[in-house]
Amino acid sequence: MHIHFLDPFQPRQSTIHLLDPRVKLALALAFILTTALTPSEAWPAYILLFALVFSATILSDLGAGYVLKRSALALPFVLSALPLIFTTEGAPLVSLSIGAWSLTAYQPGLARFASLALKSWISVQAGILLAVTTPFPDLLVALRSVGVPRLIVAVIGLMWRYLFVLADEALRMLRARLARSGGAGKAGLRKGGSLVWRAQVAGGMAGSLFLRAFERSDRIYMAMLARGYDGEARTLPLARIRPLQWLTLGVGLGILTLLLVLAYLI
Amino acid sequence: MHYAPQPLHIPDGFLSVLVSIVFWLLTAAAVGYALRRVGKDLGDRQVPMMGVLAAAIFAGQMLNFSVAGGTSGHLMGAAIATILLGPWAAILVMTCVVSVQALIFQDGGLLVLGANIFNMGVVGVAVSYMAYQTLHRLARGAHWGPFAGGFIAAWLSIEASALFVALQLAVSRVSPANIAIPAMGGVHALIGIGEGLITLGALAFLYRARPDLVHAGDERPVKGRLIWAFGLLVALGLAVASPLASSNPDGLEWVAQQAGFLDAGRASPFRLIPDYLLPGVSNHALATILAGLLGTLIVFGVTLLVAYNRRARQAPD
Repeated sequence: MHIHFLDPFQPRQSTIHLLDPRVKLALALAFILTTALTPSEAWPAYILLFALVFSATILSDLGAGYVLKRSALALPFVLSALPLIFTTEGAPLVSLSIGAWSLTAYQPGLARFASLALKSWISVQAGILLAVTTPFPDLLVALRSVGVPRLIVAVIGLMWRYLFVLADEALRMLRARLARSGGAGKAGLRKGGSLVWRAQVAGGMAGSLFLRAFERSDRIYMAMLARGYDGEARTLPLARIRPLQWLTLGVGLGILTLLLVLAYLI
Repeated sequence: MHYAPQPLHIPDGFLSVLVSIVFWLLTAAAVGYALRRVGKDLGDRQVPMMGVLAAAIFAGQMLNFSVAGGTSGHLMGAAIATILLGPWAAILVMTCVVSVQALIFQDGGLLVLGANIFNMGVVGVAVSYMAYQTLHRLARGAHWGPFAGGFIAAWLSIEASALFVALQLAVSRVSPANIAIPAMGGVHALIGIGEGLITLGALAFLYRARPDLVHAGDERPVKGRLIWAFGLLVALGLAVASPLASSNPDGLEWVAQQAGFLDAGRASPFRLIPDYLLPGVSNHALATILAGLLGTLIVFGVTLLVAYNRRARQAPD
C-alpha cells in the first residue's frame, strides 16, 4: 500500500497553480489575517471574503466542490466556542431548563458564535487552496523567502521526503496488528487483550517505528556524507518574482485592505 | 485514512490577532534559541536525524489503539521526542511536525501556528523534559526511573498543552475560562493516559532493543537547565493558575484588560465612523444584500472567464 494520497497537491495548469508560490503564500496569509481582523457580525464582509476564496477555487480548475468538501474536516473545533451562545448576554432566544438548572441561549451570543464559525471556515478554505495548488518544494521556497530559518526549512524538506516512507511503515505495522489481534477501531470485531495490553502493543509499534527511523537517519547521514555533505544546508538562490506576479500581489493586498475598511464602515 | 486531527490544534479564527502575534513572538524566541543550541549538540547530523525523526513522529500519530466505544488513543509525541533527542532538538522536531500539519493538512491554522507550536512544541517539550529528568535523577539509576519519568512526562505534556489552549481561548474571549479550562483539562487528563501508555510501551521496547538511546539522558549531563526550569515553572504555574482562573474568570479578564488585549478580543472593537452610513447604503440589511449581490457577481464573472478560457483552449484542436 502506498500513501501518496497523503499529498494534497493536485497538479493542474490553472492561473492559481501558475502563481509564484511566494505570492501565493503571502496572499493566503494576508487573506487569513484580514478574515481574523474583520469584526464580529460583519456579514457583508464575510460574504465578500467567501466570494473571493470561492472565485480563487473556481480559477484553480479543481471544481467548485473540491475545497468545500475538504473544508468541513476542520470544523469540529467549533465546539469549543459553543459556550459563547449561553454566556454572551443580551436578548434571550430560547430557554432550556433541565431539572434544577436552566440554560438560556442569547441572540448576540449566537451571532458571535456564527461569526466565529464562519470566519474559521473561510480561513480554512484559503489554507486548503494553498496546499492543493502548490507543490511542496515550491512551498519550501516560499517559506525561505518569508524568513523561516534555513535549518528549519531543510529539516521540513527532509521530513517531507521521508514522511511517505515512514507512513508506509506505520501502515504495514497497523496491518500486521490487524491480522493478529482483531480490529483496533472496527465495530463488530472483538478486540484483543486488555486496554493496557493494547496500549503496550501500540507503544511497541511506536518504539520500533522510532528505532527504524533512527537507523534510517544514520544510513541517510552516511549517504549524504558520501556525496559531500558538510553540515551546511545549501539551497539555490531564489528566482526573481516577475512584474506580473508583483502586480497580482499588489492588487490582492489592495482588495483585502479595501474589504477590511468596508467591514468597519458598515 | 488513519490521519486523525487532534483537538489540540487550534484553527484560524479562534484566537484574537493580538494573542496570535504574542505567541508568534514567544515561539520565534524559543525556536531561535533552540536552533543555536542544537548546532552545538548534534553537529552536522542534525538535518538527517531531525528530519527523519519528525517524519517518524508524524507517522507515529497514525498508530492508535482502541479504548472504548469507538474512541481510540493516539500519540502526540512531544515526550518521546524529548527523551530520545533532548529538549532543544525536540523543540525543533515538534516545530516541523506542527508546521507541516498546518501547512499541508490544515490541522491547525496558519495565523495561529505560532500558538500551536508554542503549546505542543515548546510547552509540551519543556514539561516533558522537566518530568523525565527529575524522575530519572530521583530513581538514581533504578529501572523504574525512565519508565515512571516517561509516563508522567507524556501525561504532563498533553495536559499542559491542553491547558495552554484553554487559556488562549479564554484570553481571546472565545470560551469562558470557567468552562474551557475544566473541559479541556478534564478531557485531556484522560487522553494523556493514552499518550502515557503508548510512550511507556515505546520506552520498554527501546530499553530492550537499544538501551543506549534511552540512557542518553545520563551521558549528557545538565545541558538544559534553562528549559528544565521553564518546564517546572509552567507545570507549577498551571497547577496554581488554572483552578484560580476557572473559579474566577473575571480575574483572567482583569489580567487581559491590564495587558490591554481585552479590546482585541472584543467582538467589535471599534467603528471607524460611528453612526455614519455610506451614501446609498442605508442600513445593515441592505449592505448584506449588496454584498451578496456583489459576491455572486464576482463568482459568476470568474466562472464565465474560466469557461470562456477553456473553450478557447479547446477550440484549436
